[in-house]
Formats: sequence, structure tokens, C-alpha cells
Amino acid sequence: MCLAIPALIKSIEGKEAEAEIGGITRRISLWLTPEARVGDYVIVHTGYAINILDQKEAEETLAMLEEIARSAEEEG
Amino acid sequence: MKYISEFRRSELAQGLLTQIQRRSKTPVRLMEFCGGHTVTIFKYGIRQLLPETVDMVSGPGCPICVTANADLDKAIALSQMPGVIVATFGDMLKVPGSDSSLQEAKAGGADVRTVYSAMDALKIAGYNPDKSIVFLGIGFETTAPTIAASVLQAEEEVLRNYYVLSLHKLCPPVIRALLDAGELKLHGLVCPGHVSAIIGSRPWEFIARDYGVPCVVSGFELLDILQCVDMLVDQIEDGRSRVEIAYRRAVRPEGNKQALKLMNQVFEPCPAQWRGMGEVPDSGLKLKKEYQRFDAELAFDIKPVPTREPAGCICGDILRGVKTPADCKLFGKVCTPENPVGPCMVSSEGSCSASYLYGVGFEG
Repeated sequence: MCLAIPALIKSIEGKEAEAEIGGITRRISLWLTPEARVGDYVIVHTGYAINILDQKEAEETLAMLEEIARSAEEEG
Repeated sequence: MKYISEFRRSELAQGLLTQIQRRSKTPVRLMEFCGGHTVTIFKYGIRQLLPETVDMVSGPGCPICVTANADLDKAIALSQMPGVIVATFGDMLKVPGSDSSLQEAKAGGADVRTVYSAMDALKIAGYNPDKSIVFLGIGFETTAPTIAASVLQAEEEVLRNYYVLSLHKLCPPVIRALLDAGELKLHGLVCPGHVSAIIGSRPWEFIARDYGVPCVVSGFELLDILQCVDMLVDQIEDGRSRVEIAYRRAVRPEGNKQALKLMNQVFEPCPAQWRGMGEVPDSGLKLKKEYQRFDAELAFDIKPVPTREPAGCICGDILRGVKTPADCKLFGKVCTPENPVGPCMVSSEGSCSASYLYGVGFEG
């Protein structure tokens, strides 16, 4: 029910945006994320962007997980 | 970065599993609150991948499942009223109420429409000025701000025929109720990621502080769950108890301030009925006085009907985490996704539905 998926904002018109979700374009609402800009990835829940995804944080998380995998392999 | 496939890489999952296996010494029971997490855990067989020391139980985090029959009966009663269109998220349709379901009401001629978004309900209101549109406001803190936005948009567009039946539920109060009941000893909590995208991580702090239960906010992909379990095991083994965020790309400690602002502008907390848990104080949302003209409970004369629970159904116990679908005599026999007896078999995020789909719970 709290399902939300990443979407890439392609264009913005007032409080709505065209966003690409897995290859298809959907109209989404920006009422909850008025600061979103074209090129941002947002997470979309029932047609509303509920937050902007932070690319830097995502990259840092993945780098940390890669480090864990490396050390697991070395110690193994 | 597409934010999906990157978080499903099997070699990184293997690294996390190895680390969890090395660190985990103490037998622990972790609860994933959210039905979305339950689905990921079953889909990837995560319970089987984790070491024997780590036990996972599903919690009450499925809004459809926890909606009380009395509230469902109100929605069905509204659908029977002349000139009313009930708009709802699809999962609600098949949930059995005391005597009927919205799907049966629809088959009997009621105008019940499935929508993907509150925005669609507004469109229906715009196209049908001579009808009253009642949108079933079902969901947690993730969904409530979207419905608050729809109320504000209806006000802006002067839609006089749009109403909300507010059955929203709030997560932190019910976790408090669950911990106070003391039926279940929990050592760690996998906190809901998209609820936290709205409310932030701070509202969970009382759990770590007052109950000594470590909390980690998790995303919904394979690596998210494993990273969260790894962080919980780490806290438990170190004797720490605090709130951490694993889902950092989507969740900030303060949450989404705009969403919180709209939610608090339109709604205020009220007591709410939870299936399996009864009334929990301040765990629901009702429309504030300034927005009462959108309140379906006040606009329509809904007559209460005697509520009945389906015989033999243990959804309430499953939602509290004290029983599993495998404990239910009806599971997979009388109760299936095609013919659900209880709500946990209806919602795709219900424990019973997820167990059925991924073949868990048939052992016994």
C-alpha cells in the first residue's frame, strides 16, 4: 500500500509533472515536492512525488555495500 | 543511477549475508512493520537466507488489512446511497466486510470506482457535478498527505461534491500499543521506508529510547532489507539501541516538511479502530474543523450496522505478529486470493497473500 517507485521528471507544468517510470510516461503531482526540478528522480506514491531521491546518498550507500562485499570475500 | 537494479546486485547481497552470519551471535526476533517489506522478504526468500539466530516476523503495516470491519461497513453503506460514487484504491474492493464487500456492492449496482490516485477521484468529481464522490482515505502517513493535497486542490477548484471518508492510520502509535501489549518480545524493528520519507526518522526515537528496541529505517529492495538487518544485528551485538536510516537516498531525519505541513493543515489525530488491536489512541486522522465540509462521515447519515468477523479467521493475531499464516486452519484451503476470507489474503501486501504467492506457510 505504501508502494512508491522512482521516476525521472521530464517536464513540469504548474504543480504537475511528466515523469518517466520504467520507460513509460505518467503525469504526477508535485504538491508534496514543490522544489522538484526537471532531471530529478522522485519517488512516486499513488501519483504523488513524496520525496526527491538523493543521488549522492545512493552512491555512498552502494560504495559502502561494495566495501562490505570486498572485505567479506577477503576474510572468507 | 535508476535506483532499482543497483539495489538488487547479488554479489553485494552475498557480502551482506556473510557479514550478518559472522556478526550474529545472539538469537533475535526482528519485526518488519511494513507489508511492502514482507513482500520483498518473501520474494527473495530472505528468511531462509538469514542465519538461524535471526528470526523475522511480520507486523501490522498493511492499511487495508488493519481497517476494522465497522469502517469497511461504512464504506459499503455509502456505496448504497443514491447519487454517491465511491472511489477507492483497488485493494479495498475484495475485502469482506460484515455482510458484503465493495465488489459485491458494485455487482449489485453500486457505483464503485477503482482509482490509482486521489487525483483520479478529483477528476471523477469534476466530470460528475450532479453526483457526490466519496474517496476512501485509506493508508498510513505515506498516503495521508496525498489525500490532504486532494482536499486542498478540491477547495482551490471549488469542487463541492468531493468528500473523504478518513480511515487513515498512524504508525508510531500502533507500534507503541504493540510493545505495551507485551505479547511479543522484539529485539529490533525494521521501520517503514515510505512512511519515514514523510515523517522522518525522529518519530521512532521513543522506541529505541523507552523500549530499548533498536530501529532502522529500510528501503524496499533486496539490498535495502539486508543492509537494515545487518545494521540491526550490529546494534544488538554492540548493546546499542538507537534509530538509524539505511534508506538514506529517500529518508531524512526531519521527513518531508511540505507533506507534513499539508497533512497537519487538513487532518488532526483521533482515536482509530485497528483490526486485531481494537481502539488505539491518536492513531487515526480526522478532518480538521476548517475542512469538515469534505468529511463524508458528517455529510452523510451512515447508519451503523452490527459488525461480524469471519469465523475461524486469525488475521487479527497475524497482524499483531503472534501467529503466522501457517497457524491458520483456513489458509490456502478455504481462504485463497481468489476467495479471501480475511483481509490479509486480499491485499497484495498482506502476510497471507504474500505467503500464498511465494509458497510460504504450506509446510504444516
